[in-house]
Amino acid sequence: MTIAVNTEETGKRIAEAIPGSVISSDKGSLSVDSKALAQVSVFLKDTPGLEFDYLTVLTAVDYLDYFEVVYRLVSMKHNQSLILKTRVYGRENPAVPSVTGIWRAAYYQEREIFDLLGIKFEGHPDLRRLLLWEGFNGHPLRRDYL
Amino acid sequence: MTLLDQFQLMLKGLGWPDWAVYLTPAIVGILIIIIFVLTVVIVFIWWERRLISRFQIRLGPNRCGPEGILQPIATAVKILLKEDIVPDKADKLIHFIAPIIVFVPILLIFAVMPFGEGAILVDLNVGIIYVIAISSISVIGIFMAAWGSGNKYSYIAGMRSIAQMVSYEIPVVLALVGVALISGSFSMLSIVEAQSIPFILLQPLGFLIFFLGCLAEMNRSPFDLLEADSEIVAGYHIEYSGMKFAMFYLGEYGVALAYAGIITTLFLGGWQGPLLPPVIWFLIKVMAVFSVIVWIRSTLPRFRVDQLMSFAWKAMLPLAVINLLVIAVEVLLIPASLQWVMLILNFGFAAVLILLWSKLFTLGGGRVEV
Amino acid sequence: MPIKTEQFYLNVGPQHPSTHGVFRLRLSLDGEVVTDVEPIIGYLHRGIEKLAESRTYTQIIPLTDRLDYLASMTDNVAYCMAVEKLAGIKVPERAEYIRVIFSELMRISSHMMAVGFYLNDCGAFFTPVLYMWREREKIIDLFDMVCGQRLLYNYMRIGGVSQDFPDEFLPAVKKFVAEMPRYIGEYNQLIKQNEIFLARSKGVGILPRETAVNIGASGPVLRASGVKWDIRKMDPYSIYDRFDFEVPTGDAGDCYDRYWVRMQEMTQSLHIIEQAISQMPAKGPVCADVPQFFRPPQGETYGYIEAPKGNLGFYIVSDGSIAPYRLHIYPPTLINITAMKDMMVGWKVADLIIIFGSMDVVLGEIDR
Repeated sequence: MTIAVNTEETGKRIAEAIPGSVISSDKGSLSVDSKALAQVSVFLKDTPGLEFDYLTVLTAVDYLDYFEVVYRLVSMKHNQSLILKTRVYGRENPAVPSVTGIWRAAYYQEREIFDLLGIKFEGHPDLRRLLLWEGFNGHPLRRDYL
Repeated sequence: MTLLDQFQLMLKGLGWPDWAVYLTPAIVGILIIIIFVLTVVIVFIWWERRLISRFQIRLGPNRCGPEGILQPIATAVKILLKEDIVPDKADKLIHFIAPIIVFVPILLIFAVMPFGEGAILVDLNVGIIYVIAISSISVIGIFMAAWGSGNKYSYIAGMRSIAQMVSYEIPVVLALVGVALISGSFSMLSIVEAQSIPFILLQPLGFLIFFLGCLAEMNRSPFDLLEADSEIVAGYHIEYSGMKFAMFYLGEYGVALAYAGIITTLFLGGWQGPLLPPVIWFLIKVMAVFSVIVWIRSTLPRFRVDQLMSFAWKAMLPLAVINLLVIAVEVLLIPASLQWVMLILNFGFAAVLILLWSKLFTLGGGRVEV
Repeated sequence: MPIKTEQFYLNVGPQHPSTHGVFRLRLSLDGEVVTDVEPIIGYLHRGIEKLAESRTYTQIIPLTDRLDYLASMTDNVAYCMAVEKLAGIKVPERAEYIRVIFSELMRISSHMMAVGFYLNDCGAFFTPVLYMWREREKIIDLFDMVCGQRLLYNYMRIGGVSQDFPDEFLPAVKKFVAEMPRYIGEYNQLIKQNEIFLARSKGVGILPRETAVNIGASGPVLRASGVKWDIRKMDPYSIYDRFDFEVPTGDAGDCYDRYWVRMQEMTQSLHIIEQAISQMPAKGPVCADVPQFFRPPQGETYGYIEAPKGNLGFYIVSDGSIAPYRLHIYPPTLINITAMKDMMVGWKVADLIIIFGSMDVVLGEIDR
C-alpha cells in the first residue's frame, strides 16, 4: 500500500534543513514557498528515508487570487507518497522554478501548464506551447478566459 | 527447333516474301506473349488477394463477379480513371519516363521463357545472361521514380533500392552459373531438356539462394523495404497516380510472373511432366511458385536495411560461392549417368552449410554512436 | 577527398499509416541514422479539461471515454473512482466485481491491439492483427451484450455501474476464459521465435531502468525496464487485494521485453477474471444511490488506476457545486514519450517506427 507520508514530520525535517521554505504542512499536503522549490525538491529526492524519485502528477489550479501548482511524489523504495504544493500570486507573469532537471517527468507537464495556464517555469530547457499552436493568444484553462 | 521456327518454314514454303516470313511469326509471337502476360497478371492479382485473405482468416474479395474474379478488372478501371497528379517540385521528364523504364524490361524477359515444348519466342543461346542483364535495368527505373518525385520519403526508398538490388544480383548470378554448369549451356530450352532430375533436387542450396535473391529483386516481403507501407508510406511510388501507378502495379505482378517462370524453367523442370499438355504443367508450376511467394509475404515481418545488406554479403554470397565450387568439382568428377550421387552429396552439403551458417551468422543490428 | 554530407530533415507527418493517430515527429537524419527526434502533439486537442468545468459529474463520463479510446472501460473506472474517493461513496460488492471483470477484459483487448499493431509496424502485413482481432471480436461482443456499445462504452457510473449484465453474459465469459489460453499459446508459437522479429526487436530501443523511473514512465513500458511497479499490487484500489496474480517484468527494457510483458499480462488478466467470476456475489445492487445533480463536499483528490497503458489518474478539485472546479487528467502515454529521444537516437528510420509502436501510444490520451 502506498502510504501517504506524515506531512507534519516531513515538514519539520524540511524546515530544519532549508529554513523558511515550508508554509504549511497540515491538510494532507505540504505547501512550500515557490522560491525554495528547487532546493526542497533536491532535498526530497536525495535524503535517505525520503528518497522521492518518481514524480507522477504535476498540475496547476487557478484559484482567482493565486495559482497553485501541485506535485505528487512517490518513493518506490519505501512505497510512500507525498503531495507538494506551491502558490504563485499575481496573474500577469506568474513564475515558478522548474524541476525538470531533477525529475524529467516534469518536461511535458510543465510545458502543458505553461500552454494552458500561462505559468512560466524558470530553467525549463524548452518552454513552448505543447497542445495549442504557436501564435495562439491567451491561456484557455484560466478561469477568466471564456 | 522452336514452334515459331517451324511456323517460319511453313510460311516460306507457302511462298510469302522474305520480309513477311521474317516479321509475321515475330509479331504473332509478341502478341501472344503480351496477351498471356496481361491475362496471367490479372489472374495473379486475384489469386494473391484471395490467398492472403485465407492466411489472414478472412474471405477476400468475393463480391465483384463470382468469387471475385472481376475484382482486378475493377481495380484496373479505378486506377485508370484517377487523375494523374504530378507534384510541383518533381522533375517532370524523369517523373514521366520512370514507369516506362520499370515496366518494359519486365516484358522483355518473356522473350526467352519457354512456355511449352519449343514454345519460345526466340531461343537465344545466352538466354540466362540476357535475363539477368535485362532485369537489372528496372533498378534504374526505380531510382528515377524515387528521385524524380521530389519527395523525401521516396528519396530514402531510392537509396535503399539501389543498395538492395545491386547486392542481391551477385548471389543470384552465382546460383545461375551452377545451373549452367550442370546443364552445359545458357540457352533456356537446353536447360529444360537437361533436367531429367529437376535441378531443385540436384542443387537445393542453389535453389534456395536463387529463390531468396529473386524475392529481393522483386522487392517482395520480407525484403520489401522499398515500399514498406508502415515506414515510408509506399516508397518510390508515393507520388504516382493514375496510369503511371497502374504501370508500377502491373509491373510488380509482371516481375513476379517473370521470376516465377524463370524459377520454374531453371529449377523445376520447365514444362516437363506426365499426362497433361506442357503448357498446363508450366502454368501449374508457375502458380505453385507464386503461391509460395505469397505465403512468405503474408507471414514474415520485414528486414531493416542494414540487416538486409549483411544478409546478402555475409550469408548469401559466401554460400553461393561455396555452392558453385562444390558443383564445379562434382561436374568434373561425376559422370552424367550417376547424377543421383550428385543429388545425395548436394543435399548433404546444403544441410551442413545451412547449419553452419545459422550458428555463425547473426542478424544483429546496430545502434550507431551519434 | 572527404565526402560532404548534410543533415536531412524528415517529417513523419500527422498523416502517416504508422503513427497510431495524428502524431507528428520531426527527425534529423544522417543517411538512415536518426540524430534528433522531436515529437509535436496537439492535433487531437479537444479541451476536455476545460469542458469538464461546465458539465455535471455524470456528464463528464462520456468525455472520459474518448481519452484512451481503445480502452474506454478503464478510463471510466478511473474517473468514477476519483469522484467516489472525493465524496466518500461506497460502491456495492457486486459492482466492484463487475468493474474488475470489465477492466481486465479491457486490458486483454487493449494489449492484443497493441501487440498486433506492433507486429504490423514490423512489417508482417496485417496477419497478426487479424489473428488477434478474432479474439478481440469475442471480447467486444461481450461488451456489446452488456452496454450495447463496441468501442466507447460509457458504462461506469459514480457509485457503481449503469446496469447489471444479462443472463447469457456469465456463461459467455466462462467460455471465453476457458478457450483463451489456447489462443495465447498459438500467438506465442507463431511470433516468439521468429528470427526476423527477434532481429528487429531484441536490443532495439533500450530504456534503462534509471531513466524509466526518472521520466515517470508507467505501465508495461516501466515494467519492461525491470521495475516491478504495478499499482494493482503496490497500492491496491477497489478489490484487487483479494486476487492472486503476478506482475511480469522484463530485464533489458528493449522492444522485445515490452512485447513480452504485454503477452504475459494477458495471461494474468485471465487468472483475475476467473477468480472474480468465482468470488462474485450472485445478487445485489449494482450502483450506490447517487443523486442526479451530485454535489461532492469541497476538497480535492487524486484517483488513479492501473490502466492498460499505464498509471491513469484524475485530479479533481471540487467547490461543492454540481460541476468540478478543476479536472486534470494524468495521461500515461504522454509521460512515456518523454524518453523518445533517448530511445531513438542512433537507430535507423525503420527502428523508429518499431520503437514508437512498442510504446503503445494513443493520441486521444496525449492530447486530451
